[in-house]
Amino acid sequence: MNYLNLFFVFFRIGAFTFGGGYAMLPLIEREIVFVYQWLTQEQFIDIFAISQMSPGPISINAATFVGYRFSGVLGALFATFGVVLPSFILVTNLAKVIQRNKNSLYLKGIFAGIRPAVIGLISAACLSMFRISVVDYKGAIIAILIFTIFIRTKIHPIILILFSGLLGVFLYL
Amino acid sequence: MNYYVKLFLIFLKVGSFTIGGGYAMIPVIQREIVTNNKLIDSDEFLDIIAVSQSLPGAIAVNSTIFIGYKLAGLLGSIVTLLGIIIPSLVVIITVAIFYNEIKEQRAVQAFFQGVRPAIVALIAATVVKLTSSIPKKYINLLLITSSFISISLFNIHPIIVIIACSLIGLIFNREENSSELS
Repeated sequence: MNYLNLFFVFFRIGAFTFGGGYAMLPLIEREIVFVYQWLTQEQFIDIFAISQMSPGPISINAATFVGYRFSGVLGALFATFGVVLPSFILVTNLAKVIQRNKNSLYLKGIFAGIRPAVIGLISAACLSMFRISVVDYKGAIIAILIFTIFIRTKIHPIILILFSGLLGVFLYL
Repeated sequence: MNYYVKLFLIFLKVGSFTIGGGYAMIPVIQREIVTNNKLIDSDEFLDIIAVSQSLPGAIAVNSTIFIGYKLAGLLGSIVTLLGIIIPSLVVIITVAIFYNEIKEQRAVQAFFQGVRPAIVALIAATVVKLTSSIPKKYINLLLITSSFISISLFNIHPIIVIIACSLIGLIFNREENSSELS
């Protein structure tokens, strides 16, 4: 019963948050800390720190962490599947509709307008991440260095991520 | 190699190196799916990001499911979704067990302090690469700058910006099509 409860709470969170993982955190806090009291507020704040030192989407990290704390590995699985299931249903159905109508002039027009908007949108997200992530001159050096290497060479971004981590150890430790 | 296995492995890689939320996976997906394997082109990738941003749920999750579905149907989307979930599950459970020990490790903190600026740089560079696929017209330049300003400066929700730009695109494309006909 508890597992089902966990599943439905995260299903609801997955179905009603727009704007990605960070937008989910306040909703998760309300459900998990205040309504169900599965975690204390202090444990909840740990989710931020943990998500920053773990790979993967924030929403999945948060669901896994809460589920695990609440009832072990099985809890982690139920919470994670709950949070991704609404996405799965919505995206696959919408993708089907888009693929069927990909020659529609209306759809072509809509996407012609959206593509430049997405460039603006990612740039805006990038700027707000810049404000949080680049906090000193060392960070600025890392950012400029990685940007230049990535634009000029064909080195894989994963190699550059690992390299920047080593730079961090070298510069900050 | 089986196509599904290949897709799974690509997204396992994406999931393992998406550090810092949805937009952080854009550089890795762009390199793996668009540049290296040429499974989709830059335009389609931008469309997928727009749709993913407009639906509830995480952008990383939505775009992963979308790409999987587009390339290999329902089974494809299950395979890619599992690919990005598994690294999270493994790492988070490990971190949850050893959280108190890890939290105190200065080296771990320094590593991520170095990674965060790099992620921003990679996203910025990927934006530059994706921009080259957009036709060089005044209207597009205007849409890029105005959507950037309305989100960054005026805090307008991205979904509203996407809807507005889709309407503008609809009107302009119609005019272009009718002028081509006449």
